[in-house]
Amino acid sequence: MIRNDKPQIKLSSWRSHLLFGLLVLGLTGLTGRAVYLQGMHHDFLQEKGESRYSRIVAMNADRGMIADRNGQILAISSPIASVYVDPKVVKITPEQLKQLSTLLEANGKDIDERINRKNSRFVYLKRQVVPDIAEKIVQLKIPGIYLTHESKRYYPEGEFAAHVLGFTDINDEGQEGVERGWQQTLAGELGSRRVIKDNKGRIIEDIENIRLPKQGQDLILSIDRRIQYRAHAELKEAVKLNKAKAGSIVVLDAQTGEILALTNLPVYNPNNRSTISNEKIRNRALIDTFEPGSTLKPFTVAIAMEVGKVNSNTVMQTSPGMLQVGRRTIRDVNNKGELTVAQVIQQSSNVGTAKIALSLPPQAMWEMFNRSGFGILTNSGFPGEASGVLRSYNTWRPIEQATMSYGHGISTSLMQLARAYTIFTSGGELKPISLLKQNMPVRGQRVISRDTALAMNYMLEMATKPGGTAPLAQINGYRVAGKTGTAHKLIDGQYAKKHYISTFVGYAPASNPRLIIAVMIDEPSAGKYFGGAVAAPVFSKVMGSALHIMNIPPDAPANNVVTFTAAPEMDDEG
Amino acid sequence: MFVLIACALGVVTSQHTARKLFMALENEKEIEQKLDVEWGRLQLEQSTLIMHGRIERIAREHLNMMVPAASSIQIVSIGAADDRSGARILSHD
Repeated sequence: MIRNDKPQIKLSSWRSHLLFGLLVLGLTGLTGRAVYLQGMHHDFLQEKGESRYSRIVAMNADRGMIADRNGQILAISSPIASVYVDPKVVKITPEQLKQLSTLLEANGKDIDERINRKNSRFVYLKRQVVPDIAEKIVQLKIPGIYLTHESKRYYPEGEFAAHVLGFTDINDEGQEGVERGWQQTLAGELGSRRVIKDNKGRIIEDIENIRLPKQGQDLILSIDRRIQYRAHAELKEAVKLNKAKAGSIVVLDAQTGEILALTNLPVYNPNNRSTISNEKIRNRALIDTFEPGSTLKPFTVAIAMEVGKVNSNTVMQTSPGMLQVGRRTIRDVNNKGELTVAQVIQQSSNVGTAKIALSLPPQAMWEMFNRSGFGILTNSGFPGEASGVLRSYNTWRPIEQATMSYGHGISTSLMQLARAYTIFTSGGELKPISLLKQNMPVRGQRVISRDTALAMNYMLEMATKPGGTAPLAQINGYRVAGKTGTAHKLIDGQYAKKHYISTFVGYAPASNPRLIIAVMIDEPSAGKYFGGAVAAPVFSKVMGSALHIMNIPPDAPANNVVTFTAAPEMDDEG
Repeated sequence: MFVLIACALGVVTSQHTARKLFMALENEKEIEQKLDVEWGRLQLEQSTLIMHGRIERIAREHLNMMVPAASSIQIVSIGAADDRSGARILSHD
């Protein structure tokens, strides 16, 4: 039998038991390891695994744009690239270096130095490179040279709206004007999310949002781009013509207090940072204060009328053209003789105004100035706004009360002065200033009665008529009201003999005021310096254009009105 | 066993489809962003083209336009005409 060919060998049973035992032990070990990895170290391993293919990606957020009241763009961010190098990775041939420095318009040595900062892993080669050039740099395919995407702010209006808008720095932080005042609103916040990428770098799955991006909000300003342009152009012309040191102009909506235009000279171009200097950055209309001079007279007269001391026909004796108060003398330009209160405003008599002021208690005058907003911030939202100085009435001496009545010994910004005139245009209410477009009627604070406001309106209109100080403020077709101011400039606490500030504040149409314009020309030195000769023509030109732009019907037509006695024949095409 | 394998394959397929769709979505988002950028650029361009100064220069120099003198402006008073014609003038203005 074959089966019995080999002798049966009897193995001892411990051997099979030992083998079995070893196998069981091995299996237990494996199971234990599996449980250990799967159960207890699961999270750690999962994370390790994911880190091989998951990436954190930035989510873009743009800075909001700034538009004017009609939705026209004043400032917008556009993407732009910055080139940087990782010196530990970079491999560049001398020829590539040459190409690169030509593209970046930079010195080859400088680039070479940056590339060889071996202890650094991130060095900017150039920031804010235009997209075309950035594309060409990518084409060079130099390892270790990368692009980051940033955004650059553009201001299509250039210098025309520079002081309103301000500008941002290279990191997109607002530095001046609206960009700074509304930084919180405009700024976007970058977000980031974790994603899974495949081997070709495509995003194939969203794991989680680490932080959602916050898009910057857009701002609609109250500025009207067209009026802003006109105002700036005319101001520039006038500053050049009068060889002035500086100038400012403010255009307000007479009913809502919205700022329609605001500009100053000298100015810079926000698109070209090399033109920026401290002197040019100054938004003079808001941060510089000056003594307003005669433009303050209407407020003195208004309070005198309000408390019943005078009415517009009260006769004031201004002869002989000077008035002794204490040890000092107040003078008029010439002896104007007997004037009614209306003529005091029309001809801008210092003596007349001082006499009116001295009949008033200081407290009443102070309250009038205070409630008209002098010495109080306008809260326009601009950074660095000045409040001006209105000293407390219990420190006033009679001579100070007298000089203050015609705008000396008190200081104001041009914006405050323009705002104060809203009490004459809105029937006695001081309207709040705003730089953002208002969609609702604005409530003001009553300062004087409607009757007083109307009487003042009439007097201010007389100032622009023949016999007044500002016939040059007239506009063909419209009734205009306003007040000139010419003040000696305060330099180191002394009134400078030959340095003047010429101002004009006015509004139109006088029958139903829609716009207030305040013009200030600093140190005109081409011969003329009276507000009526220097500032009033600017007012007239800007106001004329603005009334046209806003389609405001003329209220003083000059024999050119066509009236229909019967309905004219018109076909449907018009 | 068969059901288990079928389910497993199902999971794999649906995962794959999901990823494909997601990629398409990402693509579209990228296009959206590019269009957004282009829109911004176009707005900027438009804004530069409609600058007041430029329009004024073209109107004056190329088209020989000018602001009419006050004497040559005729003002049509609506209040004086009868109401119907007034409304018509406005609507055709």
